[in-house]
Amino acid sequence: MKPLSTVTGQAISLREADVDTDIIYPARFLLVTEKKGLGAYAFADRRATPGFPIGEDNDRGILIAGPNFGCGSSREQAPWAIGDLGIRVVIAESFGEIFYGNCFRNGMLPIRLDAAQVAALHDVAEAGGTIDVDLAARTVSAAGDVLPFDIADDRREALLNGWNDTLRILALHQDDVSRFEAAQRRAAPWLWTARI
Amino acid sequence: MARTLYGKLWDTHVVAEADGKALLYIDRHLLHEVSTPQSFEALREDGLTVRRPETQLAVADHSVPTHDRDKPIDDRQAAAQVALLERNCAAFGIEYLPLAGNDQGIVHVIGPELGFTLPGITLVCGDSHTSTHGAFGALAFGIGASECGTVMATQTLWQARARTMRVTFTGRLAPGVSAKDMALAFIGEVGASGAVGHAVEYAGEAVAALSMEGRMTLCNMTIEAGARTGLVAPDETTFAYLRDRPRAPRGEQWDAAVAFWRTLASDADAAFDREIVIAADGIAPHVTFGTSPDQVVPLGTVLPADARFDRALHYMDLRPGDAMEGVPIDHAFIGSCTNGRLEDLRAAAAVIRGRHVADGVRALVVPGSMRVKAAAEAEGLDRLFVAAGFEWREPGCSLCVAMNDDRLPPGARCASTSNRNFEGRQGAGARTHLMSPAMVAAAALAGRIVDVRQVAR
Repeated sequence: MKPLSTVTGQAISLREADVDTDIIYPARFLLVTEKKGLGAYAFADRRATPGFPIGEDNDRGILIAGPNFGCGSSREQAPWAIGDLGIRVVIAESFGEIFYGNCFRNGMLPIRLDAAQVAALHDVAEAGGTIDVDLAARTVSAAGDVLPFDIADDRREALLNGWNDTLRILALHQDDVSRFEAAQRRAAPWLWTARI
Repeated sequence: MARTLYGKLWDTHVVAEADGKALLYIDRHLLHEVSTPQSFEALREDGLTVRRPETQLAVADHSVPTHDRDKPIDDRQAAAQVALLERNCAAFGIEYLPLAGNDQGIVHVIGPELGFTLPGITLVCGDSHTSTHGAFGALAFGIGASECGTVMATQTLWQARARTMRVTFTGRLAPGVSAKDMALAFIGEVGASGAVGHAVEYAGEAVAALSMEGRMTLCNMTIEAGARTGLVAPDETTFAYLRDRPRAPRGEQWDAAVAFWRTLASDADAAFDREIVIAADGIAPHVTFGTSPDQVVPLGTVLPADARFDRALHYMDLRPGDAMEGVPIDHAFIGSCTNGRLEDLRAAAAVIRGRHVADGVRALVVPGSMRVKAAAEAEGLDRLFVAAGFEWREPGCSLCVAMNDDRLPPGARCASTSNRNFEGRQGAGARTHLMSPAMVAAAALAGRIVDVRQVAR
C-alpha cells in the first residue's frame, strides 16, 4: 500500500449530503473485475450534470464532501475509483462506515471534522485556496486555520508506513489465532464439525 | 458486569487487543462474485492461502440473470465474473454453490436457510446487507474486498468496538403492517446516518413476535440507518428455524449449542449507549419518497416541505404536499435479500385474490433462493403470480442492484421490496419507492401506490 503522510493543494468541493456508493460507482460497472483504472467510471451518472466538480481530468488530491459521504454498499470500487482520479484525502462531517474503513485499505485518508469546519473548507476549496493535510501532525490547515482531527492510532501508523493489514496480522498474530482456535474448539465444538 | 448481546458476541471473539481495538476471530465468510475477484488477486500477489476454507461458502447472486438459466449467461462480463468466482473457489479450496444447483440464491438468503448462519458466531461478507444475519444473534457485518482477503488469509479482522443502540418496538403490529414497515419507521426516525458507529439491537414485543424472516428483514435494513450490525437475541423462534437445517449442528452438538445460545441475550440490567422506543402498534405502512431510505413517510401523511429534500423530490418528480397514495407506478419488484423469502412471497400473493396486474405495469417476482422458489412452487404461489400477470423468475439480486439485465429505463417508477432507493439504483434515471411485499403487490394490481389495508378489506 502506498504510504501517505502529507497532501497539499487545491481541493474539490462537493457539498451534497448522503452521496452514496451507487453515485460514486454505479452498480453496472461492478461487472469489471479489476481494481485499477476505475476512475473512468467514478460518478459516471453525474458527470454530465452542469457544474459537477469531479471529472476524469481531475488534478486535485483532496475532496471536501457532504455529510454521510460513501453511505450504502460495501463496494471497494468506490474508493478505488476515487483513488484512481488521484484523490487521496476525503474530508466530511461523517462517512458511511464501510467506505471509511475501505479508504484506509487503499492508502487513502478519510477525515471527520465538525460541520462548521467542513463548511469553511468548502469555501476555501471553492475559492481555489490551498489546503494542507498532515497525517503525522493530525492537522488540516487552510486559510490560516489549523484544524486538528481524530484518527485511530493503528490506522494512522498503517497509513504512514504503507502497511498491508493481512501481512501484519500474519506476521504478528499467528500464535494468538492458533490459541484462540484451540480454545474455541473446546468451548464451541459445533463450529468445528467436518462439514460446515 | 451486565453485558449486552453485542458485548457477549464481541468478548467471545477477541484474539488480541491493541490501541483500543480488537483482533476479532471470524467464524464464517460468505463470498459472491462481485466483491471477491480482487480479494483472491491480493492473496495471489502475496502468495497466501486460505486458513480455513471449510468456513467459507461462495455463491453467485449479484450479476446472474433471472431468466433462461438453462443457457449460458448472455452478458460476457457477467459470465466471466461468475466463472471467475468458480475458478477462484476451486483454486483456493472453497465450496461454491453452483448456479444450476438447488442451493443457489442470494448470499443473505442461503446462509440462514442452510444453517450456515448460526447464533453466537461472527460472520462477514463483502456486502453491506450482511447485517441480515444478525437476526440470529450473530455478529455479522459487511466488509470491503480487501477485508475479504484478510479474512480468508487470517480468519480475523481488526475492529473498533461499536457503541450500542437498543431499538425497542412496544406493542404489536397492526394487520397489513410488516417488518419492512418497522425498518422504514426506524430509519425515518434516526436518519440515514443516525446509527453510524453503533451496533443496533432490536427488542420488544413486536420483535419477539416476528418470524425469522421478519427479523431478517429488520436486521437487513440496519445498514440504511448507517449501522453495520443489527441484532435480535436468539430465542425459541430462532432455534425452531435452525433445527435440522442442512449445516446446523445435530444431536448432542445441537443441545450444547442451544444451551450456549440461550446465554447470549442481553442481561436485564445491561446498559446501552442509546435507547430508542417505537410504538409498533402505531406504525402504518411506510413508503419512501426520495433517494435515501430515510426519506420515507407513513401512509396518510403528505410529503414535507423541506429544502433538504429539493434535490430528491426533483429526481423523483414529486412535490411537497403530495400524498404517496395515488402515485402511479409502471414497475413492481418483489424480491431481494430484504424481502425475497417465502413469507414475503406469501404476503404478496395473499393480496392478489383473483385480480390482475394493472395495464402498463411490469411486475417481477424474484425468489431469494432456489429453496425459496421450490417451496413457493410447492404451494402454488408461482401459478398464482403468473395468472395475475407477474413474471416468475430465477433467484438473484436482480432489480435490487440492477447489475444483470433486470434494469429499469430512465424515468421508470417502481414499487419495490428492495432496500435502497438511491438515484439510479434500479437503472440510471429510474425512480424507486421502497415498501413492503404486500404494498408492492397492491401497487402492481392498482397501477398506483395504494394502502394495502384498504385493499385487503
